[in-house]
Amino acid sequence: MITSTLRRVLLVAKHASFQSRCCVASSRVQYSTVYDSNEKTFDKILIANRGEIACRVMKTCKKMGIKTVAVHSDVDASAVHVKMADEAVCVGPAPTNKSYLNMDAIMDAIRKTGSQAVHPGYGFLSENKEFAKRLAAEDVVFIGPDTHAIHAMGDKIESKLLAKAANVNVIPGFDGVVENVEDAVKIAGDIGYPVMIKASAGGGGKGMRIAWNDDETREGFRLSSQEAASSFGDDRLLIEKFVDNPRHIEIQVLADKHGNALWLNERECSIQRRNQKVVEEAPSTFLDPETRRAMGEQAVQLAKAVHYSSAGTVEFLVDSNKNFYFLEMNTRLQVEHPITECITGLDLVQQMIRVAKGFPLLHKQEDIPINGWAIESRVYAEDPYKSFGLPSIGRLSQYQEPINLPKVRVDSGIQEGSDISIYYDPMISKLVTYGATRAEALQRMEAALDNYVIRGVTHNIPLLREIITHPRFISGDITTNFLPEEYPEGFKGHQLTSEGRRELVATAAALYVSNWCWNIECSNEMTLWPPWQVEVDGVTVEVSGEWNLASALLPVTINRTPRVLQCLSRDAGGDITLQYLGTQFKVRVLSQLVSTLSAHMPEKVPEDTSSILRSPMPGSVVAVSVKPGDVVAEGQEICVIEAMKMQNSLIAAKAAKVKSVHCKAGETVGEGDLLVQLE
Amino acid sequence: MIHLVKHGAASAAVAQSELQQQSRRWYSVSHLSVQERIDRKRNAALIGGGQKRIDAQHKRGKLTARERVELLLDKDSFVECDMFVEHRCSDFGMEEDHNKFAGDSVVTGQGRINGRLVYVFSQIMDQAMMVGAPVIGLNDSGGARIQEGVESLAGYADIFLRNVMASGVVPQISLIMGPCAGGAVYSPALTDFTFMVKDTSYLFITGPDVVKSVTNEDVTQEELGGAKTHTAVSGVAHRAFENDIDALLNLRNFFNFLPLSNQDPAPVTECHDPSDRLVPGLDTIVPFETTKAYDMLDIIQGITDEREFFEIMPNYAKNIVVGFARMNGRTVGIVGNQPKVASGCLDINSSVKGARFVRFCDAFNIPILTFVDVPGFLPGTSQEYGGIIRHGAKLLFAFAEATVPKITIITRKAYGGAYDVMSSKHLRGDVNYAWPSAEVAVMGAKGAVQIIFRGKSNQAEQEAEYVEKFANPFPAAVRGFVDDIIVPSTTRKRICRDLEVLASKKQTNPWKKHANIPL
Repeated sequence: MITSTLRRVLLVAKHASFQSRCCVASSRVQYSTVYDSNEKTFDKILIANRGEIACRVMKTCKKMGIKTVAVHSDVDASAVHVKMADEAVCVGPAPTNKSYLNMDAIMDAIRKTGSQAVHPGYGFLSENKEFAKRLAAEDVVFIGPDTHAIHAMGDKIESKLLAKAANVNVIPGFDGVVENVEDAVKIAGDIGYPVMIKASAGGGGKGMRIAWNDDETREGFRLSSQEAASSFGDDRLLIEKFVDNPRHIEIQVLADKHGNALWLNERECSIQRRNQKVVEEAPSTFLDPETRRAMGEQAVQLAKAVHYSSAGTVEFLVDSNKNFYFLEMNTRLQVEHPITECITGLDLVQQMIRVAKGFPLLHKQEDIPINGWAIESRVYAEDPYKSFGLPSIGRLSQYQEPINLPKVRVDSGIQEGSDISIYYDPMISKLVTYGATRAEALQRMEAALDNYVIRGVTHNIPLLREIITHPRFISGDITTNFLPEEYPEGFKGHQLTSEGRRELVATAAALYVSNWCWNIECSNEMTLWPPWQVEVDGVTVEVSGEWNLASALLPVTINRTPRVLQCLSRDAGGDITLQYLGTQFKVRVLSQLVSTLSAHMPEKVPEDTSSILRSPMPGSVVAVSVKPGDVVAEGQEICVIEAMKMQNSLIAAKAAKVKSVHCKAGETVGEGDLLVQLE
Repeated sequence: MIHLVKHGAASAAVAQSELQQQSRRWYSVSHLSVQERIDRKRNAALIGGGQKRIDAQHKRGKLTARERVELLLDKDSFVECDMFVEHRCSDFGMEEDHNKFAGDSVVTGQGRINGRLVYVFSQIMDQAMMVGAPVIGLNDSGGARIQEGVESLAGYADIFLRNVMASGVVPQISLIMGPCAGGAVYSPALTDFTFMVKDTSYLFITGPDVVKSVTNEDVTQEELGGAKTHTAVSGVAHRAFENDIDALLNLRNFFNFLPLSNQDPAPVTECHDPSDRLVPGLDTIVPFETTKAYDMLDIIQGITDEREFFEIMPNYAKNIVVGFARMNGRTVGIVGNQPKVASGCLDINSSVKGARFVRFCDAFNIPILTFVDVPGFLPGTSQEYGGIIRHGAKLLFAFAEATVPKITIITRKAYGGAYDVMSSKHLRGDVNYAWPSAEVAVMGAKGAVQIIFRGKSNQAEQEAEYVEKFANPFPAAVRGFVDDIIVPSTTRKRICRDLEVLASKKQTNPWKKHANIPL
């Protein structure tokens, strides 16, 4: 009888999961693609890109009744963007320079399919003026600005000069060489403190000094010129404004071919690692309406100055006093464009297509709202524990986007079973949440990250979840140095509080018990009903959950607080790996008997790794600096691995003689592959 | 156990010993009534060779026989028999009281694993066969007591005979938890599955000392007969575990897959994984280039209940994958070629590994799922000299004689004789599916064209024609050799449905004393 009641409970649990599986997204974050059938744009567009952005462009094309053509490399033959397109053309083998950057093949594809226009997405050929020129020569429309604007904004020096001419704030600095100490003090005074003194020939932080007053300038000048002389053999120095606690805030602009230009508010992109954005939001917590307007107007001035048409982004550095300085302009659709779409309701891709066809903008500046708050997390296939993210590859053995949650938008170009390869950007998706307020958007992001199922590759959800719940991030007090400042020793995952530890342990114990109940055929002790009272470290934790052991998600209520954990693995020995608050924790659940007897088990000595060098990531070997018999010092470079456009120098963990070398330059290696063995 | 967890002691750091309660010692007895004698003996038996020996065993990182039994079985379910047996050896000092232990050197009895009956150790095999319950042997012995002479040899033979008699009647599992040398090794060898504990268990006919004196080879115990050797090189053991506890807990888990006897159906458990679950990842798993590998385990874990797969011999003959899983709660045996290793070809070791597994499944009513991606048998002198014909025939024999439900999925290559062998329609496969990427042919395009058009110049053209004609599932499908070409993502759904239909399958082979498999 007891068994049958238990069975019934199980069925309820099973049923509940079905419901969530079938639940259709009711309120997705949307942008409106208001399609006017009288406004004829193109019949067929080729998307010269891959992954999520190709899919994103195709979605709008489909809404506008435009046929789409995908290009792909051979390894991408069954990629999502290929399946989504009406037609697909293979443009070459996997390496990007032979496929997605192969202009000849892409031009052929355009001719073969009769495409009238090309959307370049971002990256690849999106800011390549040669490509834009070749398209123009064949009367194919490039969905983006014209060649002149691409060229002007593509050059760092020219773009600064143009910006200066258009009355856009640029970082003040003395363009000439500083003669002597007093000259330096005078120039610094003109620019306004703080200033940065740096070597003309400099690089890598050498010969750089920050000065907040005249005395520091004198001191800095002396030290920097010495350092510059010794490091570069050139003691010439420059002085420019130092932007303290800089934020990276950018303005989305949209311009047509009729001289109209709009600014679509800002995006805050200060959370970065190695100059790559990780979390973005719109609007910024930092800007007041006046600053926003001033930045917006300057951005529009610059766009107009270069006769910009299409969507573009003007990037600014903003200091702690809300002074802002032009950095550069990106003449393409930006990765983080969805958050602007969320708060303005505009479909930027649709607007780009309309503008490219020559239609004037439909909106006036006063029509552009800031509705609510949007946050984007870039979900990457990378290991966040290695310098905030080193690429990882693999097959997405299980993959489930949290799109059944309200106000969640996921832009992705992969699906369950897709391969994340070494050839392309390791981005899995852009996870966007939206809310009436920032707090609401953040809360949804938390839930979305907890409900996001990614198996088969290492991903950065632990880092993303830590960032968006970090008190400093929540307060809005962020700079581009947020990550190194907050995690000076590197990211180590979520640090459990004693309450968190109790919750985790209690959930693991409850999971163990329910699994045990399922396994047992009959027993007299079958009186286990949730909620379970689990006593951990003398504190009782109440856990209940109608979970389904086959599901990747583990919704539980812990002390009346609902949470979603994920069970990544369970084994017969009692080892359970749980994803809790974004981070993976290993818990071992033992019965009292096992626990007592465990004391007798020998400890296994792990492999001594100091004499073995393994590849920390998949990639190709660029150089091997040692050969068998060489003696290396601790910290000496042994070889260089390139993965996803990044070169990583691998060093010796101890001074030793090289025993054997198992790789050579040009070879492809997988994560964990043995590269070099020391004696 | 539940009791403990319920009161919250399930965390990583816990617990008081319940052992202590059980090993209450009653020594202060002056004159003994029969009852008292019984009690005393019983309790002496509980502590086996005495606290000193228990400590010594713990020091070696091992548990005592009684602790092992306690871990393996459900709480308080163990019923011991022959507790009062002592050795009767009276030579070389063995007769002295301190060398005599109640229960002698084996602990035997019956108990339950997750509520299902099981017999532990060997002397009670007759009873196990009579009631139809599996036998688990926990081996940790130095071999025959040389002092006992021929009596111990007779003892072994008794066990061997029982192993053989029980074979195919009840599942027999050996867990090697210490040295197991000499004649003793043949008992595990006769059982269905042999598991080992890493670093503390050894299996060999003769130890390193004898090896040195006979062949002058220098070899350690570990190299000669450790877990690594037997799970990766010799194929004697089916799996190895980290330590005693890990091994026993995994054994409990493994036991859940097995039927109690050949009269019993394979167990069915409550399944939480929808039987009609689609597996979208399978649609893209087979690479476009036919020369590129993929991991067969990804397919297997994709379709099984809760992604669970208990692999048998994961480190031996890795070009074939075998193991147990559940489909909609029912135990199934899965056999799959592994394209990641040696292109998934069949060779001597993989044929033998597959054949033994298939025969176990057939003996115990466990349906067999076969995933085929096989380019053929491995060619070469080493294989031919080793008798690939004889050994390959074992796998063929096993699949052909099996009468349990047989479902086959051709994921990619099914070439030549290997196609026939891998549970083809012709060997009474009940349901044979092909994925769209399947190629059923006598051989690959390149090789075929080189033979058919030997010496002709336009081989590339012919190759293209061959690919067009044969490198797809149609030639087999039109002849009815495959029942359907299915969308890979629907594989789980199809198999679950078919298994339900086939659950009542009844098929018998012609009467015979026993078949004569080419051993």
